[in-house]
Amino acid sequence: MAPLLKVENLRIELTTRKGVAPVIDDLSFELGAGESISFVGESGCGKSMTALGIMGLLPEKIGRIASGSITFNGEELTTASDKRMRDLRGNEISMIFQEPMTSLNPVYTVGEQIAEVLRAHQGLGRKAAWEQATELLDAVRIPNARGRVGDYPFQMSGGQRQRVMIAIALACKPRILIADEPTTALDVTVQAQIFDLLNDLRRQTGTAIIMITHDMGAVAEMAERMIVMYAGRNAEQGPVEQIIDHPRHPYTRGLISCVPHLMKVLTEERHTLTEVPGIVPSLSEFGRDQCLFASRCPQVTQQCLDKRPPEMAFADDQRSACWHAEDI
Amino acid sequence: MTFLQTLATRTFYALILLLAVLVLNFSMMHLAPGDVADTIAQSMGGADAEVLAQIRTDYGLDQPFLVQLGRYIGNVLQFDLGYSFFYNQPVTDLILSRLPATLLLAITAQLLALVVGVILGVYSARHPKGIASYFVTFLALFGYSAPVFWTGILLLIAFSLKIPLFPVAGMTDVTVEGGFWAHAADVARHMVLPVVTLSSIFLALYSRLSRATMMETLGSDYVRTAKAKGLSEREIVYKHALKNSLSPVITLAGLQFSAVISGAVLVETVFSWPGLGTLAFQSIIARDTPTILGILFFSALVVIVGNILTDLALRLVDPRVGR
Repeated sequence: MAPLLKVENLRIELTTRKGVAPVIDDLSFELGAGESISFVGESGCGKSMTALGIMGLLPEKIGRIASGSITFNGEELTTASDKRMRDLRGNEISMIFQEPMTSLNPVYTVGEQIAEVLRAHQGLGRKAAWEQATELLDAVRIPNARGRVGDYPFQMSGGQRQRVMIAIALACKPRILIADEPTTALDVTVQAQIFDLLNDLRRQTGTAIIMITHDMGAVAEMAERMIVMYAGRNAEQGPVEQIIDHPRHPYTRGLISCVPHLMKVLTEERHTLTEVPGIVPSLSEFGRDQCLFASRCPQVTQQCLDKRPPEMAFADDQRSACWHAEDI
Repeated sequence: MTFLQTLATRTFYALILLLAVLVLNFSMMHLAPGDVADTIAQSMGGADAEVLAQIRTDYGLDQPFLVQLGRYIGNVLQFDLGYSFFYNQPVTDLILSRLPATLLLAITAQLLALVVGVILGVYSARHPKGIASYFVTFLALFGYSAPVFWTGILLLIAFSLKIPLFPVAGMTDVTVEGGFWAHAADVARHMVLPVVTLSSIFLALYSRLSRATMMETLGSDYVRTAKAKGLSEREIVYKHALKNSLSPVITLAGLQFSAVISGAVLVETVFSWPGLGTLAFQSIIARDTPTILGILFFSALVVIVGNILTDLALRLVDPRVGR
């Protein structure tokens, strides 16, 4: 079966004052219908840019897709018209964002903000759209949905607002939901509720989910496959359990060892919590023909500094862009 | 708070404020040299000290300050603003006959400035490198720096004298005959230049401000959400961004209401517009204290009413206001 979404050799360029830099460099991945995939990596690694690229929402006049292709359901999106992209957005592919506090329009009721998507894409009338907005609020588990549908965003908590965002995103039963760090701004108990909600809704609607996060715990909970991104490039991708079990890239290994493990017995010896030393290189260094992680890598060799590593394939389509992937 | 509760509290505070304005105005006029007795004596062709004292006794001007103040406030509470010796009319009648002309001028100018300013602001925010954007910047600079009477005189020279499109002065043409519409068209023709002059300052303010707030909202998270929903450009700009950009503009417009009134004094004088501004100018020259006090009182009233209306308008635009 052909994948629902296929991204091939995608290159996204940002025009900055210092020149043109590839924020996404040669990225390829596939997403099957109903599948859940996670993008992992530190801030500034191009996770959000990938999402915006798929949505056709790259910052105007600054970002552009330079080469590669994105096909959705067999349809090429990089060359699609603005009108066609508008039809897809919020309808077939929708997105929720990191900041629930500011992502809703403060001067319209939450009901209106849900209903307008239904009116725009499903051709519903005012009344029917409002009715369905109420049902959606209920579906994202906002208590007393009928009483809250006329509320304004400022009358809701952060968690509730993110639920409203999810209701907006799922209103038209999209094939793909992109969630860009949907729980980063929420506190931990609310995070768990949002993950539960997303998992349940995914089971009910069969929507494929692309989750962007830097939280390894969230990945383990939500996704089947993961893509570790570093400096705009694919570092490693494959099935979540397999990668956590045996990472084939030193960056992945670094990220995994950053996650604290809960002890069953408190007296048990704890693993020391580690960090990945250093920071992500600046945009101007993104295009270099070398391994961009080399400056932070404990296993760096001359080869890493001389040439960009190719992707090496392992069992179950685990792929790692590291010269030493086989030795790790 | 409900709409009515807000209105009630605001009206209550407005009354207290008006009282304070009344006391302050009266005290200031009392401190200024010269009084009505001088004016009357002057109009009689001069008088000696005895006659002056007689006039002062007749009009109660020899009473202690507090008694005069109390009497004045008492009269105002009964809608009696005193009697103008210069115009030989009750001040209330005088002001009420002039107020419509000023309100017509001020409100039209304010609305014109708001509508055109917001349209220019929105357009230039969407095309920040376009010609309209530079035009707004130029307009703002011009509007700020050019004195309103100078703009008025220039417009007069250009469009009444060199190219006789509009009448030079006044509000109506006595030669125009016909029904209501003919009369309205005549007034409209007279209004063009004063309205354009008066709105020039505010147009600059509003276009500049709405450009700035619009650019900010266009970059906001909820506009990004609107784009992600697949809404049309028109819905994103006019539904989602514009309504959020309006609050600061409305707030500024409310604050500018007093400036519109004071600007009207200059513009009315330049164009001989028969409104409160001309009346204020003439009564100051004539030292007609009751009229000046009355005009000050009415200006305060207009500004306060304007502010209450602004508050109510803000509530309509932004549900967060007043909760």
